[in-house]
Amino acid sequence: MTTASTDPAAAADPILELRHVSKSFGGVHALHDVSFRLEAGQVLGLVGDNGAGKSTLIKIITGYHQPDSGELLFNGTVVNDLTVPKARALGVETVYQERALADQQSLWRNIFMGRPITRPGGFLDVRAMRRVTKELMGESMGFTSAILTPDTPVTGLSGGERQGLAIVRALHFEADLIILDEPTMGLSLSETEKCLNFVRDIKAAGKSAIFIDHNIFHVHSVSDQIVIIDRGTVAGCFPTKQYSQEELTSIMRQVAATGGYNEPDRELKSGGVL
Amino acid sequence: MTATVERALPPKRLSRQRSSRVWLSRWASQLGITSALLLVWLIFTILAPNTFLHSRIYVSYAQTVPYFGLSALGLTMLIVAGDIDLSFSSTFAMGMVGYIGVQHTTHSVTLGVLATLAIGAAAGAFNAFFVTVIGIPALVVTIGTQFFYRGLTLVMVNGKSYTLLETDHAIAGRLLVGRWFGIPMQFVWFVVLAVLVWFLMYRHRIGQNAHVIGDNRQAAGLMGIPIRRTRVILFILTGVFAALAGMMNSFQVVNFYPSQGDGYLLPALAAVFVGGTSVFGGRGTVWGTFVGAFLIGGIEAGIVAVGMKDFYTQVIYGGIILAAVSIHALLQRKLSR
Repeated sequence: MTTASTDPAAAADPILELRHVSKSFGGVHALHDVSFRLEAGQVLGLVGDNGAGKSTLIKIITGYHQPDSGELLFNGTVVNDLTVPKARALGVETVYQERALADQQSLWRNIFMGRPITRPGGFLDVRAMRRVTKELMGESMGFTSAILTPDTPVTGLSGGERQGLAIVRALHFEADLIILDEPTMGLSLSETEKCLNFVRDIKAAGKSAIFIDHNIFHVHSVSDQIVIIDRGTVAGCFPTKQYSQEELTSIMRQVAATGGYNEPDRELKSGGVL
Repeated sequence: MTATVERALPPKRLSRQRSSRVWLSRWASQLGITSALLLVWLIFTILAPNTFLHSRIYVSYAQTVPYFGLSALGLTMLIVAGDIDLSFSSTFAMGMVGYIGVQHTTHSVTLGVLATLAIGAAAGAFNAFFVTVIGIPALVVTIGTQFFYRGLTLVMVNGKSYTLLETDHAIAGRLLVGRWFGIPMQFVWFVVLAVLVWFLMYRHRIGQNAHVIGDNRQAAGLMGIPIRRTRVILFILTGVFAALAGMMNSFQVVNFYPSQGDGYLLPALAAVFVGGTSVFGGRGTVWGTFVGAFLIGGIEAGIVAVGMKDFYTQVIYGGIILAAVSIHALLQRKLSR
């Protein structure tokens, strides 16, 4: 709290702040003392090797896992006992890539997974969900293939189409903070570009995003701030504008080799690390 | 999957060939199982017209098929959600212990009926406890409770059979095993509950969640679906259905015997899979299970009526099951592309 009140530039509370978050599974530290903050309207790139703890971090922010210690603040307020529905109510939406799609189910059932449009008594308003899905397919997903209808099972979709579905699902529910978990994995070049444009759209709409990837080039082109995670800790936090892709790449190499990064000649200007 | 689509949007831009393909892929399982039933019926009718052109055999089917058919409905829901219940054939008998205990002391048939259904629900909840809280796969848990419930039944009634009292005139008795315009009430219940289960599975939040849980449990968790609650509800419903079926069985023969339901495990499972429900979860069909129950339940009497030796039954049984599930698998592979 003190950071917000002493710094006049940060008048508004950050949309998300993590303070000293730790999490271990069966004695193995997945995350250790992770702190960073994300200002409203910004895109934060989260990079790190496989096993660095990116996924665990995301699952904590979305309420799937609960941290062993540390605090999560949404818009400056500490939130305890976060669950997935609670996080969604706070405006956090996650694009889990295709891992969070149910393959054999239709498009509309996937779009409305976990929160269908219902009538009293829990009965589904199938017609409304089909209609909304149809609209989303035309407007947002850009599905032009005539064979796709709201009733098509996800099995029949290409990798890019699945990604589109997962992204549109997150966007449809008016999120303030959209988390994209390795959204470019397995996508073709043009599909990747589409996906990166989507992240730019989020920012243009005044919303915030966390963009996880291990490709620094993807992250660099869309983010305001880059957080490097290594072996469960924050190895560094870099304002994107002040670093070139080459610099960040060599930093990442250094981090991977030594487990840390010491800034040789310039100050970290962002107050990312508390 | 196919049953989810009752009113497809008009596929305006589709070519005729494509739209028929989409239509086929949605309805293939249902069409397959329904034509299989018609084919078997046709063969039986040609070979044994005296039996199959009279209503008596259909009345008999309408009374006996629902006994395992009701359990098959519950199983369909569980299997869609990626679970299973092999204990229902024991719950079938155990529920009636409640009836015997309560009715014979209070002389109220209604209270006895409620006690039976409550025991069914408790049996389902007990299964669900081990599956969702202790975390043992449902297959393993319900193999255990199948023995446990049967044993408990035998212990509680000391292995004895009971003649039911006062069921004939009671409203509950007439509702469960009476006739409605000549139709056995067992069949009426089967139809009503099948429609109910269809709504639950395809037009209700619970069914939506069950499909996702069975399809991709990780996704269900990530998307905030109440996994445990949904699974518990489905186990309880299956228990209640089994107890209800057992009660109908007892009321029909005005007798309770602790071994009742013993042979129903495999026919009920066969009805579900012959119907086209996927053993891997995430996809099921209530219509398929309904028709599958009559296919499985109809074969035995048909074979006898046709004049074949009784021991051909199992060969034909097995043949039909293998053929049906193969056709489902092939159709699924071909049409999902």
